[in-house]
Amino acid sequence: MQYGFLYQFFFYLFGVIGVASAITFVTRKNPVAAALWLVNTMFCLAALYIMMDAQFVGAVQVLVYAGAIMVVFLFVVMLLNLGQPSAAADIKGTGARIAAGVAGLVLVAELLVLARQKLPPLLPDLPRGTNITVPITEPLFRQYLLPFELTSILLLVAIVGAVVLAKRRG
Amino acid sequence: MTLDAALLLLQHAYDPQEPVHGAPWLWFTIIKILVVFTVLMVTIAYLTLAERKISAWIQDRHGPNRVGPWGLFQPLADGLKNIMKEETYPDAAYGPMFILAPVLSFIPALITFAVIPFAAPLPTRWGLVDMSIADLPIGFLYILAIASLGVYGIVIAGWSSNNKYALLGGLRSSAQMISYEVSMGIAVVSVLLLSGNVSLSAIVRQQVLSGWNAFPLLIGFFLFLVAAFAETNRLPFDLPEAESELIAGYHTEYSSMKFSMFFISEYSNMVTASALLSTLFFGGWAVPFWTTANTAPWAGWKTLVTLVFFALKTSFFLFLYMWIRWTLPRFRYDQLMSVGWKVMLPLGLGYLVVMAAAVLSLDAAGISPVARWAGVVPIYWAILGALNIVLAVLVFFILDRGRIVSPAYGRLDADEIARLQAMSERPITPAQGD
Repeated sequence: MQYGFLYQFFFYLFGVIGVASAITFVTRKNPVAAALWLVNTMFCLAALYIMMDAQFVGAVQVLVYAGAIMVVFLFVVMLLNLGQPSAAADIKGTGARIAAGVAGLVLVAELLVLARQKLPPLLPDLPRGTNITVPITEPLFRQYLLPFELTSILLLVAIVGAVVLAKRRG
Repeated sequence: MTLDAALLLLQHAYDPQEPVHGAPWLWFTIIKILVVFTVLMVTIAYLTLAERKISAWIQDRHGPNRVGPWGLFQPLADGLKNIMKEETYPDAAYGPMFILAPVLSFIPALITFAVIPFAAPLPTRWGLVDMSIADLPIGFLYILAIASLGVYGIVIAGWSSNNKYALLGGLRSSAQMISYEVSMGIAVVSVLLLSGNVSLSAIVRQQVLSGWNAFPLLIGFFLFLVAAFAETNRLPFDLPEAESELIAGYHTEYSSMKFSMFFISEYSNMVTASALLSTLFFGGWAVPFWTTANTAPWAGWKTLVTLVFFALKTSFFLFLYMWIRWTLPRFRYDQLMSVGWKVMLPLGLGYLVVMAAAVLSLDAAGISPVARWAGVVPIYWAILGALNIVLAVLVFFILDRGRIVSPAYGRLDADEIARLQAMSERPITPAQGD
């Protein structure tokens, strides 16, 4: 056994809380409560990342998703009638539900197939006190600089598009 | 051997003291958590007294002076009062979240302090003990991540109270914190450029070697200071609880200890922000002009001296918070938003580009960050500082009052008035003299 009992215990604890919050997130009628359960799921994912020594990814997970969900939260509060359960908060129609279920099944099948594959090797353990950002920034800004810049341009296009849509007056 | 080479040797190579590990590490961590938490809570209690005393001093009054000598037991009396008071639950509030909200704002406020190094490492017979609860390698990112959660408590408090003033306070707070978080992050990137690491202990070490960041990153410091005031919801950015507009904003419906928890988290955020300001820009626990105290080999007295200096620096920023609170009036909401998005963000981005270019060219010119002119003045530090003074003069010249942010008397152009007129029922007339 590579990891001790405590590690296993917390791994499964965060895993179970994460999955349970995700299920609660999709079943809540109240959009505000749903958003909060989503935050909880993201938090558990961040905890798991940190347990796997991917501390940077864990911090960014909280930073990005917590902020993003806050915006969702605001839209819910401002647009969906102060979070009272409403028609807009619920997916209507059997067709949509069946499609979502099928998509979910496909994802589960994909996961099972992936779990049977040989996984790529882990990053080597870093000695204590080394710079945590280097293993991420080195490939990101040297090896994959072009894809990174293309992604940023894509995001910029999305921002400009959002501003154009918001500024257009009927 | 030059001084900086010797310093580097002292800092990195000549460090015979091994960090503590194993069971003693666990015990030391538990002790540190208990001590830091206790000190933080007591500090917060006395900060409420300090705030009232300073406000009294600024307004030429006496302030609280009845409970104990010079009013020193006032925080105890206040705490007792808050615990004994009746708690009210509004009928229309959304129960579980109404109770969850103070907790959600209390916990992030307290745990952010965990990564701040508050003194030089302490050597013990079990090894070297870091004087921060957890010297996380992600340091500053952890603080940004946890600080971004603090807003949830405020927004949920505002929403679950089911009170329109509380909701307005919550919405204001979320918009404000999201806007200023961006500027805060960008302001800190300039610090990370110099330190090359996100860990706070590495940032302190870099400042010991190459001079405090406040001078070579003057504008970055200024941006961070403003963003820190906005993030802690203190005047002039206290719109979420603006008494004159929103009663008490997001905590209107809270009473007794729940109200007190919001209060504690506000002060705790202040302490963390002050500690961060001193860590990122004023050398953290480093003692000015005294290299021996700041470098290895570590000793007990060095821990003590550096702890005192850290406390002094943090207290200065806490005082600055209060000083500004009792001096400046509150921003108007549109001013707040335009300062955030139209001034701070472009300024931060432009500054980042300039600083990155400056650091790159200094590195290309082969100037070492630790090289000192005549053994005293760090050259790198002085060049960046001179650049920053030029930039600061330019920035303050351009940001002259009323040119970018609409001034307090509200000069509006004609189509803006027409747009507002279309929104409201009664006609708006421009103020006299415009």
